[in-house]
Amino acid sequence: MNIVSKVSSASGIDVPMTKVRPKVRIRGARKEFFVRGKKIEALDAINLDIQPGEFLCIVGPSGCGKTTLLRILAGLEQMTSGRISFDRDPSPGLTGRPRRLNSVVFQEQSIFPWMSVQKNIAFGLKAQGVPRARRFAIADEFIDKVKLSQFRDAYPYQLSGGMKQRVSIARAFASDPEILLMDEPFAALDEQTKIVLQAELLRIWESTGKTVVYVTHSIDEAIVLADRVLIMTNRPGRIKDVIDMRQCFPRPRQVEAIKSSADYGAMFGRIWAALRDEVAAHEREANAR
Amino acid sequence: MTPMQNEIMPDEVLPNEVLPDADDLTPLENDAGAPLFSRHAVETFLSIVTPLILLSAWEGAARIGWIDTNFFPSPTGVMTTLWEMIRSGELWEHTSVSIVRILVGYAFGSLVGIFIGVLMGMSSLARAVLLPIVQATFPIPKLAILPLFILIFGLGESSKYAIIAVTVVYMTLINTYEGVRDISPIYLDVGHNYGASRTMMFFDVALPGAMPSVLAGLKISMGVSLLVIVAAEFVGAKSGIGFLIWNSWQVFAVEKMYVGLFMTAILGFATAWGFDLLEKIAIPWRKPVVRTSQKHLARSVVSSTQAKAPAP
Repeated sequence: MNIVSKVSSASGIDVPMTKVRPKVRIRGARKEFFVRGKKIEALDAINLDIQPGEFLCIVGPSGCGKTTLLRILAGLEQMTSGRISFDRDPSPGLTGRPRRLNSVVFQEQSIFPWMSVQKNIAFGLKAQGVPRARRFAIADEFIDKVKLSQFRDAYPYQLSGGMKQRVSIARAFASDPEILLMDEPFAALDEQTKIVLQAELLRIWESTGKTVVYVTHSIDEAIVLADRVLIMTNRPGRIKDVIDMRQCFPRPRQVEAIKSSADYGAMFGRIWAALRDEVAAHEREANAR
Repeated sequence: MTPMQNEIMPDEVLPNEVLPDADDLTPLENDAGAPLFSRHAVETFLSIVTPLILLSAWEGAARIGWIDTNFFPSPTGVMTTLWEMIRSGELWEHTSVSIVRILVGYAFGSLVGIFIGVLMGMSSLARAVLLPIVQATFPIPKLAILPLFILIFGLGESSKYAIIAVTVVYMTLINTYEGVRDISPIYLDVGHNYGASRTMMFFDVALPGAMPSVLAGLKISMGVSLLVIVAAEFVGAKSGIGFLIWNSWQVFAVEKMYVGLFMTAILGFATAWGFDLLEKIAIPWRKPVVRTSQKHLARSVVSSTQAKAPAP
C-alpha cells in the first residue's frame, strides 16, 4: 500500500519528514496519577514533533491519556517528567503583549451560560486586555464565520448543541492563539451536524493556517480532518503509529469527496488495524476490574 | 383488494381523496374531544374560591357566636380596624420603622455575606481561615444572642440593625459560597486557559456563575429577616410591627394584633414578588421555567418571534 507512508520508527520517536523547525517538541513526556493511593500510569515515553500549521489528530482507546496529553499541552495539568518546548512566534499579539500560546475547545459545553454569544466569543480577547469596541468587532467577524449572525445577542440556552460548539470554536479562533487544542469537540453531536461542523472547521482552519492538535475517538473524523493521525496504545498511553495523509487527501478538502473516495476505506482499515489490539486490551482491562 | 393497494408507494404522493379511510380501524383511545373547561381555568377558579369560602365561614361563625370574637374577631372587624389604622397613620408608622430596620441590616449583611462567600469559594486560603469559624457559629440561633446585642448596642436602632445583619450575613454567605463551589470546573478551566485575571475570574466567572444561588440566599434571608425583626420587636422595642402585635395583645386590642399579622403577611408577599422580578432581571440567561398549562402557548410565541438559524 504505497499511498500510506509510515513516518514513525519502531521506537515511537517521530522522525520529521522535512527540515522545518517543529512548532512543538515533546520529549519523554510521562504522567502518573494517584487514585486512592494507587498509582496509575496515564502517559509514557511520548516523543513527538508537531509541525507548524499542521492538523494533528490523536486517536486511541478510551482512557489512553489522549485528553491528558492535550491538557498538559494546554498548561492545565503538569507532567510527572519530560520536556515540552515551543517555537514561539516573536510577533506581538493584539495588545502588544506576546501572542496567546494556545486556546482549548473542550468536549463538554464550555461556553459561559451567563454571557451572550458575542461576549462569550470576546472573552479571550477581554482577558488579553483588548478594548471593548475592538474586541466586539473581532467577535462579530468570527460570529459571521461560524454563521451565527442572527444569534449575536442570544444566550447559550437558546442555542442547539451544534451552535454552542460553533461559539466555542469561534472563541478559540478569535483569541488568535499560536496553537489550537481541541478535545473531541464534536463527540456529543449527532452525525449530520458533525459533518456540517467538520466542513466549517476545515474551512476556517484552512483560512488561518494555525497549528491544531485534535483529540478524537472517531477514525472517520481523523481521516477527514488530519494531516497526520497519531495512534496511541492502551494505558499507559504511548505512540503506536503516526500515519501521514497529506498525499492521500490534499488540501483544500471536501468532506463529502473524502468520505466517498476509495482511499477513505483503505485508510480506515489501516487505522483500525493499528487500533484494534489496543481497544481489545482496554476491553479486557475494563472487564477484569 | 390486495394489501399492496392500501399502501402508499414511497415514490408517489397521493392526493387526499385517494387515501384509504381509517373508519374500520380502532381509534386512539384518548382521542376524546376538548373538555368544557380547561384544566387551567378550573385550577384558577378553585385557587380564588377556596380562600373566599374559608373567610365567609369564619365571618359567619363569628356573627352567629360559634367562636369567641374576643380572640377570633370577624374578618370584617379586622378590616375596619385596618382601615382606621391606615387613616390615623398608626399602621404606616409601625410598618415603616420595621422596614427601615430590615433594609439597613439587610443591605449591610448581604454585601458582606456575598463578598466573603465568593472569597471563600475562590481562595483555599480564605476557606482555611474562615470556614471553621462560620461552621462553628452558624448553628447558633441568632435570636438567642439578642440579649447580648441589646447589651452591646443598647435598646435603640443599632441592636435591630445588628441582629438582622448577622442573620443575613450567614445565609447569603453560605449560599454564595456553595454557589461558587458548584460552578462546573470546566468554566474555571476556560478562565485559566484564556489567561483571565483575578478580577475577571471574580466578576465574569465566579459571581455570575453563583448568581442563582446568591439570589436564593438573598430571598431566604429576606423571609427570615421578617421573622427575626418581628420577634426582636416583641421584647426590645417601642415601635415596629412586632411591637404592634405584642403590645396589642398585652392591652387586649385583639383586632389590632390581627392587623399586625395581616401586615407581616403582606410584607412577605411583596418581598417574594419583588425577588421573582429581581431574578428575571439579574439572571436573564437562565432558561425560563414554563408551567405545563402555559407551555404550548409560550412555545408557539417563541417559535414565531425567534429568528431561524441560517441553513448551514
